Amino acid sequence: MAIERILKDDASEEKGERARMASFVGAIAITDLVKTTLGPKGMDKILQSTGRGQEVTVTNDGATILKSLHIDNPAAKVLIDISKVQDDEVGDGTTSVVVLAGELLREAEKLVAAKIHPMTIISGYRIAAECARNALLQRVVDNKENAEKFKSDLMKIAKTTLSSKILSQDKEHFAQLAVDAVMRLKGSTNLEAIQIIKKPGGSLKDSFLDEGFILDKKIGLGQPKRIENAKILVANTAMDTDKVKIYGARVRVDSMSKVAEIEGAEKEKMREKVQKIIAHGINCFVNRQLIYNFPEELFADAGVLAIEHADFDGIERLALVTGGEIASTFDNPESVKLGHCKLIEEIMIGEDKLIHFSGVEMGQACTIVLRGASHHMLDEAERSLHDALCVLSQTVNDTRVVLGGGWPEMVMAKAVDELARQTPGKKSHAIEAFSRSLVAIPTIIADNAGLDSADLVAQLRAEHHKEGCNAGIDVISGSVGDMAELGISESFKVKQAVLLSATEAAEMILRVDEIITCAPRKREDRM
Amino acid sequence: MALAFDEYGRPFIILKEQDQKTRLRGIEAQKANISAGKAVARILRTSLGPKGMDKILQSPDGDVTITNDGATILEQMDVDNQIAKLMVELSRSQDYEIGDGTTGVVVMAGALLEQAERLLERGIHPIRVAEGYEMASRIAVEHLEHISKKFDFEATNIEPLVQTCMTTLSSKIVNRCKRHLAEISVKAVLSVADLDRKDVNLDMIKVEGKVGGKLEDTELIYGITVDKDMSHPQMPKQIEDAKIAILTCPFEPPKPKTKHKVDIDTVEKFQTLRLQEQKYFDDMVQKCKDVGATLVICQWGFDDEANHLLMHRNLPAVRWVGGVELELIAIATGGRIVPRFQELTPEKLGRAGLVREKSFGTTKDKMLYIEHCANSRAVTIFIRGGNKMMIEETKRSIHDALCVARNLIRNNSIVYGGGSAEISCSIAVEAAADKYPGVEQYAIRAFADALDSVPMALAENSGLQPIETLSAVKSQQIKENNPHYGIDCNDVGTNDMRQQDVFETLIGKQQQILLATQVVKMILKIDDVISPSDY
Repeated sequence: MAIERILKDDASEEKGERARMASFVGAIAITDLVKTTLGPKGMDKILQSTGRGQEVTVTNDGATILKSLHIDNPAAKVLIDISKVQDDEVGDGTTSVVVLAGELLREAEKLVAAKIHPMTIISGYRIAAECARNALLQRVVDNKENAEKFKSDLMKIAKTTLSSKILSQDKEHFAQLAVDAVMRLKGSTNLEAIQIIKKPGGSLKDSFLDEGFILDKKIGLGQPKRIENAKILVANTAMDTDKVKIYGARVRVDSMSKVAEIEGAEKEKMREKVQKIIAHGINCFVNRQLIYNFPEELFADAGVLAIEHADFDGIERLALVTGGEIASTFDNPESVKLGHCKLIEEIMIGEDKLIHFSGVEMGQACTIVLRGASHHMLDEAERSLHDALCVLSQTVNDTRVVLGGGWPEMVMAKAVDELARQTPGKKSHAIEAFSRSLVAIPTIIADNAGLDSADLVAQLRAEHHKEGCNAGIDVISGSVGDMAELGISESFKVKQAVLLSATEAAEMILRVDEIITCAPRKREDRM
Repeated sequence: MALAFDEYGRPFIILKEQDQKTRLRGIEAQKANISAGKAVARILRTSLGPKGMDKILQSPDGDVTITNDGATILEQMDVDNQIAKLMVELSRSQDYEIGDGTTGVVVMAGALLEQAERLLERGIHPIRVAEGYEMASRIAVEHLEHISKKFDFEATNIEPLVQTCMTTLSSKIVNRCKRHLAEISVKAVLSVADLDRKDVNLDMIKVEGKVGGKLEDTELIYGITVDKDMSHPQMPKQIEDAKIAILTCPFEPPKPKTKHKVDIDTVEKFQTLRLQEQKYFDDMVQKCKDVGATLVICQWGFDDEANHLLMHRNLPAVRWVGGVELELIAIATGGRIVPRFQELTPEKLGRAGLVREKSFGTTKDKMLYIEHCANSRAVTIFIRGGNKMMIEETKRSIHDALCVARNLIRNNSIVYGGGSAEISCSIAVEAAADKYPGVEQYAIRAFADALDSVPMALAENSGLQPIETLSAVKSQQIKENNPHYGIDCNDVGTNDMRQQDVFETLIGKQQQILLATQVVKMILKIDDVISPSDY
């Protein structure tokens, strides 16, 4: 008798070899998709959304690409997830982590075909990952003590990160921008304090870092355009009608004159509120909510600069940089902390007027103004800069630095290879496979640059046989070069995160021997 | 479909719309049920043991779960068959009762069904089989009691507990740092355990996860974490010796539940109402301040004005804290949940040594840690891991480990793992079978064979020769009269589970056998399945 179906009608079940194959195929497909974006000569992808407007994004950032994909394969979803986590945790290396995990699975597929049990492969990978991490740990450079050297390290890291992005033409310029911005944070990882404003027009080179704070708002009509030694009150309060918040209150009148009276009272209330605000002794008032014409006029009369409708982030940032507090009640002017800055003025960038606060109390915050030919360009520039800023701020906390250009992979591969030779049993095959996967990364970098990868990697391997060698792939000249001299560095934290999460993801996918897909939820047809 | 006819040859209608229903009867029905039960067991069989594999489960909405926890697999599988649903229930009840061994119980039930099928083919009545199983399970449970060991632990010596938790964790993906996680679980359980009453309230252990970092960064926090931040960005991020007011009323003007209207018809009324409103906020904040609170945790939102006043009076506050978390905070800090501002008194405040805000990664994720609480009996296990699925799986694994530790505190008897207990029971049941006259003898013997299937699956999953290994271990147990020999899954080199330190709890094992037997009995007693056919 036929076995009855246990699962629901549309559900599917894949077992053993087939399940494994499905996850390998899915994971490797994803890897191949993002593989070509790796390295300084990696190519970009165009993503077109299916939503209204069919918005187009041009990017080379692994996390952004993967985030926008609609994937059905469960194993591929695991890879997308690790890329997202990498983005949240360290900000960079989002492509590398997927590529490494994919390569690990590709090698594992071969081993499984050679009748090695997945569990054996996993335990081999684990040992190898640990060994690789230790090998890298021994070769890290830590210039925490030497501020001058550390700064140059940061500069190198920024340049390396940016070189794979659209900003690579002006990487000197942007690396300088990013390093300056991060150094101002003085060790905090709060990237909130760095504001990025995008203004189309001009060229990428015209982008600049501003020491002060720029608010993308206009100054109210008839109010001073320039204030020196400004005292700023940052507020979050309703400056429209200021309705009564007590529940159920409503106005009920029986004659027109009463309406006028109440209107008068309302106006009086607003006037009082404005008086109170002005009584703080301020000459600049920034509100998160709308300011109606009437109070605006009152402010103008008092010679106070009033800025309305700043977004919440802007308000927080402004409060942070000027050292004021966000106020919502104005009864005790003596105890409210006001913000200060040397100069407020209206400036023009391109076509737009912006308000510029300079000489602010807290030197931590700064604004980066990005200029560029098109919106797509600016979006991509922002993503690239964000990556660089993330990496730098993480590096400030964990000052260990390694060389780049495939150097760390080769160092790890060498150590792992040695381990494979010393390990008895089937595990050694898995360890060897791990080292092959590591080498795949410099291979892909070389391939993407149109170089003879087989030749280059072989040369690199030979170079690395010597102790303390700094050789890596110099994509620009297309040969093996000294990474220390070329100034290509990467953050140790990023590399470590790549190594560990890629291994973890590969392990997770390898352990699977069955995929059960539930029947998709029925959507109601909107016919 | 069988039909009844009256003397004129017209069919009786027995069931409503009977020609639209499919019906299976007698041996057919039993066989169909058994095969469904077996199919479920077969899915889980490969997940058993330290070398068991994982399953990917894709939910109807496309979310992916990767797990090897039996209960979770079955729950997410969304089965349609009635008998298969029984198996799901079985695994779930093991999960509720014991928390661990959810895979084992299903594998056991599957094996019992398989044996029963053979007996049915030989013409033995299903009820006799069920009775035989019942007797056999009683023998097995008694035998387990007999071979179990009491083991001692104290609050100072947690090593034995850690060992047991490690056995549980070793079958999960987290076995890379099982030692670390086992220690965390045991410490967590011990800190909430009431050793005199032998009771553990697992509700006091909160398991939180956040993506990022490594599994090794998982930590035990003696306190509570809340996935919230301070209501005002400029409030202090760290408060020492906090006195916490726990409120369930919003910092907003009151909203009476009865319907009402406040009519404003004169300017005076408008102004008094305005003043009233200002006073409300002032009073609320003042009341909190008056009782000496240095931190306000509120279940509801704050009005902008109230928020500023709080900030202004230097009273940090957290808003939109969930009800469950609020309760935990109240328990941990020894405070009382206050539903109205009027009822705030200094005694109702909770106390915590340190409250701090911690941020993660490059995004602005923030968590609030409440530590060194007045009542240290609430702890949080905070899991970090490479991706979301990893964290979910770790949560499940930690849950299992916590349950095991709790069971040991309730009843400190253990049996040895690695299939040794099953093999030993199988030998005992086999020996006892001969003493029973009648058909039941066959059923009891079949039960003994079914018991063997667990160690057999273990050996299979570990890549050993199942039959060879099992027979070797079995003969070794009989020869040396030592019930501690089991399957050497991790290739350590010894069969003695005592040396490998692989334990399981006695009640967990007993429960497995009892539950499996019960469900199998239930399935065997079914001889008619009526189901609406597809139309």
